[in-house]
Amino acid sequence: MTKHQANWSPYDFNGGTCVAIAGADYCVIAADTRMSTGYSILTRDYSKICKLADKCVMASSGFQADVRALQKLLEARHLTYQHQHNKQMTCPAMAQLLSNTLYYKRFFPYYSFNVLGGLDDKGKGCVFTYDAVGSYERVGYSSQGSGAKLIMPFLDNQLKSPSPLLLPAQDAVTPLTEAEAVDLVKTAFASATERDIYTGDKLEIVVLNAEGDRREYMNLRKD
Amino acid sequence: MISWVANDNLQTPHGGELIKGESCAPSSSSFTSVDLIPVDSLSPLQRNFFSKMYPSVSSGSMDHSQLQTGLLCLEADSQRTQYPYVTGTSVIAITYKDGILMAADMGGSYGSTLRYKSVERMKAVGKHSILGGSGEISDFQEILRVLDELILYDNMWDDGNTLGPKEVHNYLTRLMYNRRNKFNPLWNSVVLGGVKNGQKYLGMVNMIGVHYEDNHVATGFGNHLARPILRDEWHENLTFEEGVKLLEKCMRVLLYRDRSAVNKLQIAKITEEGVTISPPYSLKTYWEFSAFKNPTVGAEGSW
Repeated sequence: MTKHQANWSPYDFNGGTCVAIAGADYCVIAADTRMSTGYSILTRDYSKICKLADKCVMASSGFQADVRALQKLLEARHLTYQHQHNKQMTCPAMAQLLSNTLYYKRFFPYYSFNVLGGLDDKGKGCVFTYDAVGSYERVGYSSQGSGAKLIMPFLDNQLKSPSPLLLPAQDAVTPLTEAEAVDLVKTAFASATERDIYTGDKLEIVVLNAEGDRREYMNLRKD
Repeated sequence: MISWVANDNLQTPHGGELIKGESCAPSSSSFTSVDLIPVDSLSPLQRNFFSKMYPSVSSGSMDHSQLQTGLLCLEADSQRTQYPYVTGTSVIAITYKDGILMAADMGGSYGSTLRYKSVERMKAVGKHSILGGSGEISDFQEILRVLDELILYDNMWDDGNTLGPKEVHNYLTRLMYNRRNKFNPLWNSVVLGGVKNGQKYLGMVNMIGVHYEDNHVATGFGNHLARPILRDEWHENLTFEEGVKLLEKCMRVLLYRDRSAVNKLQIAKITEEGVTISPPYSLKTYWEFSAFKNPTVGAEGSW
């Protein structure tokens, strides 16, 4: 008889879906608030969204312990940056820092799937999308996490962004108004919640624009 | 989900620390920094085991690199919890009107054997917090020792400042996550509750550092069996009596359906006034249902 014993893995998958959409003068970042393990829900109200700088917000899903460690590290790095440069990091700068931070742990990765949204130095919306080891790209909109496979094709269909292969390069920001983008995010999450067991409970939306930031919530299915 | 297999010679990105997995074979890779333990510091049992595995070392004829590998391997093997020995089952806790209520039974299981029946699995930490632990009992007691030290050293500042539940919980999350990063986990799910400055706090952490706060938490089986009840019946303004009743209802369900639960439990209360842990007591049970007495009635072919 083989020896039966408990075993452990340093990783878990706690689920969650993140979406970010960039507009001409705004950025919408959203994520659900469910935290699960396997078929169990751990809590229905855990925020996956982390404000890293005045104009830079990160939404992360994956392994919660790694996500939290990553958030803490970026917060600490941003604090040192403020002391050294006497200003807030720009979103593209934070994007590069996040990539480097993820790649630093290339051979024992942070099991986290992030989208970074914010405003660039010209006040234009920007979205950066990542994999767990730091590959990243600036895009007009993106989704990461357990519901990404359901949401991404929907966004592709609705936003019809110009192909990144076009020359000269076309602007990637979406033509939607802020209110339309928020609506689109709500619809996308309502649909993803129907089919993805790791998405649900509540949707948290952060909207960044010239005025500052604003948070909105919408209830999702709890089953 | 990634399935991660511990590598034989894994170099962490932070520097020279080397992590050994299953194999004990001396390898040819070069080590940058290795913690050595003197043979003298080994217990007789370890020394005996060691000299059987590496007879040349004790006689002093092994070269330095072999010695390092051998000792490193022994250290890795003997000082890491790769699986738990004596374990405690679920802890459940809720917030109520005046603070936090927590419940845990007193069983300590050695695999499926009920080895210990009077294990205290809830302890006060400092003035404002209470810690409940499930999983490996020895690791839980180690956590208590570490937290005692934390509280003591904080107290030595003598500045009138004290660590509240939020701080202790945060410390615990870092402790657990740090140990999983070293592939040397503390094999527990712990629940931390407390009240400080009128602020209630209830959170949990598990062995790999996953953590959250909620108005009701439960570890292990409790998350499956007790939390659905808590989600139904918990509300903000539970009185002490109602809270205890709710916890007892959950503990009774666990007693009936969790085989490692025992009918000897404690309930802990923490409010602004401080911590009280009840003396052990048992719940009334009812086993006279006909399906319990004769479980195979109607199941044809069963004996």
